[in-house]
Amino acid sequence: MVGNIAVIVVALVVSIAIIWYFFAPRKAAQASREGALQTAHIVVKGGYTPAEIDVEAGSPVRLQFDRQEDGECSSHVVFSDLGIDQTLPPFKTTDVEFTPKKPGDLPYACGMNMLHGVVHVLPKGGKNKS
Amino acid sequence: MSQVSKQSEARPAANKGQFREDDPDAVRKAEIKALDRRLIVAAVLTIPVFVFAMFHMWLKAFIPMGVIDFFTNPWVEFVFITPVMFYSGWPIHRTGWLALAHRAPEMNSLVALGTAASYAYSVVVTVAPGILPPSAREPYFESVGTIITLMLLGQLLEAHARLGTGESIRALINLTPKTAHVVRDGKELDVNADQVEVGDIVVIKPGEQLPVDGTVISGQTSVDESMITGESLPVSKGEGDTVTGATINGNGTLQYRATKVGRDTVLAQIIKLVRTAQTSKAPIQKLADKISGYFVPGVILIAIWTFVIWWVFGPVPQGLYGLVSAVAVLVIACPCALGIATPLSVTISTGKAARYGVLIRSAEALQTARDVDTVVLDKTGTITRGQPELTDIGWIGDAASSGGSREANAQTQRDHLLSFIAGAEQVSEHPLAQAIVKGVAQHKLTVPKADSFEAVPGSGVVAKVSGHDVIVGNAELMNSRNIAASVSSHTNDNQQGAVVAKNDTNTNISDVNKTDIERTHSESSHVEELFASYAQKGKTPILAAVDGRLVAVLAVADTVKPDSAKAIAALRERGLQVVMLTGDNKTTATAMANEVGVDRVIAGVRPERKAEEIVRLQNEGHTVGMVGDGINDAPALAAADVGFAIGTGTDVAIESSDITLVSGSLTGLVTAIDLSRAAMRNIKQNLGFAFGYNGIGIPVAAGILYPLWHIMLNPMIAGAAMAFSSLSVVLNANRLRGFNPATVKPRRFTFKLRERHIELKGASSDSATESAHDTKSGASPVPSESARKALQITPTVDASPDTSDNITNQPAKAKEGTTMDMNMNNGASTVKDPVCGMMIDPKTAAGSQDYNGKTYYFCSDNCAKSFAADPAKYAE
Repeated sequence: MVGNIAVIVVALVVSIAIIWYFFAPRKAAQASREGALQTAHIVVKGGYTPAEIDVEAGSPVRLQFDRQEDGECSSHVVFSDLGIDQTLPPFKTTDVEFTPKKPGDLPYACGMNMLHGVVHVLPKGGKNKS
Repeated sequence: MSQVSKQSEARPAANKGQFREDDPDAVRKAEIKALDRRLIVAAVLTIPVFVFAMFHMWLKAFIPMGVIDFFTNPWVEFVFITPVMFYSGWPIHRTGWLALAHRAPEMNSLVALGTAASYAYSVVVTVAPGILPPSAREPYFESVGTIITLMLLGQLLEAHARLGTGESIRALINLTPKTAHVVRDGKELDVNADQVEVGDIVVIKPGEQLPVDGTVISGQTSVDESMITGESLPVSKGEGDTVTGATINGNGTLQYRATKVGRDTVLAQIIKLVRTAQTSKAPIQKLADKISGYFVPGVILIAIWTFVIWWVFGPVPQGLYGLVSAVAVLVIACPCALGIATPLSVTISTGKAARYGVLIRSAEALQTARDVDTVVLDKTGTITRGQPELTDIGWIGDAASSGGSREANAQTQRDHLLSFIAGAEQVSEHPLAQAIVKGVAQHKLTVPKADSFEAVPGSGVVAKVSGHDVIVGNAELMNSRNIAASVSSHTNDNQQGAVVAKNDTNTNISDVNKTDIERTHSESSHVEELFASYAQKGKTPILAAVDGRLVAVLAVADTVKPDSAKAIAALRERGLQVVMLTGDNKTTATAMANEVGVDRVIAGVRPERKAEEIVRLQNEGHTVGMVGDGINDAPALAAADVGFAIGTGTDVAIESSDITLVSGSLTGLVTAIDLSRAAMRNIKQNLGFAFGYNGIGIPVAAGILYPLWHIMLNPMIAGAAMAFSSLSVVLNANRLRGFNPATVKPRRFTFKLRERHIELKGASSDSATESAHDTKSGASPVPSESARKALQITPTVDASPDTSDNITNQPAKAKEGTTMDMNMNNGASTVKDPVCGMMIDPKTAAGSQDYNGKTYYFCSDNCAKSFAADPAKYAE
């Protein structure tokens, strides 16, 4: 009986931890600015780190995808809203550049749609201005 | 390809340069090799452990007890399975745990969790069995080994299957030859096809493939363009014709000047378009994407609670049962099948479509084409060729005689007259004149050169050919030259410089030749008859006189493409309503409609009103596909749910449409519809399978059947099911590769009308940018505001929650390529050809070009070419 209760309690704690872990709001990284250009460095290794990037609308964005692995899945990065399908050679850094014109979210994913990330396009001169 | 590639403005494919980029297949092949090695290790080590663990009861009869004891010893199992776990399972664990660390768990994470739990439990059993109750001291190594082996096998099979999905693109890339013969400094050299430059003269020998696009400067041959247009009949090419890279030369020899190389060629553009389409997302995929985000955490939770329920309510040993079931749940769940179900089918079908000359711009277009219940076909250039052709010759006077001994005589006379007429018309650039010259050329006559030539704008030509006075033109011209033309002059709106007889008998006989009044009377009634019958059929009659006597009435008309009727019948067979849209009057339109067999005719529609007709049909509840030429019909194409642009030959009007039919034949439309249906059926099967598999598999693995029938799923079986579930999705998607438009069985669909309220916005007279609005929300958008929005929307960044202002006013559909300068047409239905100054109707124009934001229309290809060579000279 004690064992049962212990198991249930542990399971509850683990469940809550899992839900929190997977669904808690994530912190987005801020793209660094050099003049008009907004740059963010994204490490590709079994996922995108950081996966979420904040940028401002209207200025060019350069995402530096630093792919530190080989294999099939992460060999492409796809911005389906922008029509970008960029090959990422293994162990190399590949730049993807675009200029978001309007605020909104630009999700990106690997070629197999398994790894995900998102670029948050914030209004120009918005609250996050550094 | 360079390591660091840079691009601007979201044009990734552009920087691929010569599109022989590093082959993704090379990466895949290397991966397959690595997988092979790991799989062999896993299989060799797992099989003995598995066989002895599962079947030791039966093996007792054949194998000495010592061997069995050896292989069922937990320590031996541990030694065998540990390399499987850590070496063979490395790709699974690496991806799986990394994905967990990124809080983006996927299929491999589940397998990693499941095998890790089993392995850890088994290690505890082996090292310290004392801490577990006696009934739970059974190790689970064989499960770990089998799951990893099966997973690797599944991944390997999938990798092999995927190897083929790039095939469509690769097939397109492989279409270009490696080398080209180029004439430089008077010498013919062989250069790499990538190094051909614009302006180079390329030499093509019989049977060779063309490396780049260009214009023929000498030679005569037929070229197989099927790889670009899907059209199987070779096209004949001579001086001045454009040729496309990747097409294959027939028996002749060609020299042509390269006009487009590298990424600018038609083929490169097709490849780019197909690539973009393949990465786009079909709306149907959004559901799958949404679910897969919650899927893995959900499965982990189910696994935990499965264990808890077994622990609390299950039979002894609870721990073992609970663990087995939890592991089975983790292993059987397959988010992968959900993830790949749609993109795989989209990739295969868009690639397949390109092979048949159907360029699909996005997955959304592919999906919507399935739902189209009404196809609107523009008449000119879509059902018809869009170019005038000589269709009839009505002889008058002596040449008309037939029968008896005079027949042969009349025939020679006709040939003479025809060659004179052609000789006079040869000098004219007018499309009608060119049509006559082309038509006469089929009679294989030697056409003499005109000695003198005078073009009478809007009327015809007056020339001297081989000493004869030849006049070809309308009744006005005849009258002004004192030739009896017994038809009233009446200018048709559509065909400038032509005459159409009135159908009533109120003809105006003037300047009758008094010496032969009787004969003229009978002739004039004959002329009248010919005139009336041609006009009724929608043809343009043209008069020809030689040496002051009217000799023939020629009819020039836009002819129906040979396969239009067949394609329309095929569309109707599929349950689609076929509507013909035309600017012609009702009589002509109905005659044409009967000829090709459409359901409905909308006649007398001016080009700028076409979009309104589309919206009207949409509001009747139809999902409308519009087929047009992409230039004059751009607003209508944009307003339609799916816009199909007819490409003329290889001139690909990609930008303005959702789907481009490169061959220009309507059979491409049938192929597009068939392929869309096949693709959507395939996607639905895949999704149905993926959902069904997980929906049944997970509860069974959790042990839902145990209370009733004592059925439990062994994790090994769960692993096998998992491995083959994603494989079966891959295999099903691959069935699309066998799609062949020739063998499709037409299925009649019945469509339900749906309530739609679409308004055409932004149709103010100064801009033809139009967008259809779905105002389902009931809010009535402010027209000017939404029109402004429509203009701003570009495909790059779409609406977002951040832009909450006017979100309800967002147009449902707005595309690039809808802007067309209609300034020139306001009020008048004719525009001026900037080169020759002729007034023409934009919808019958031979071509149009944009320059400095203005659209110019041309009476003939020659005018268009002169304009293209130096637009600044002609543009006002």
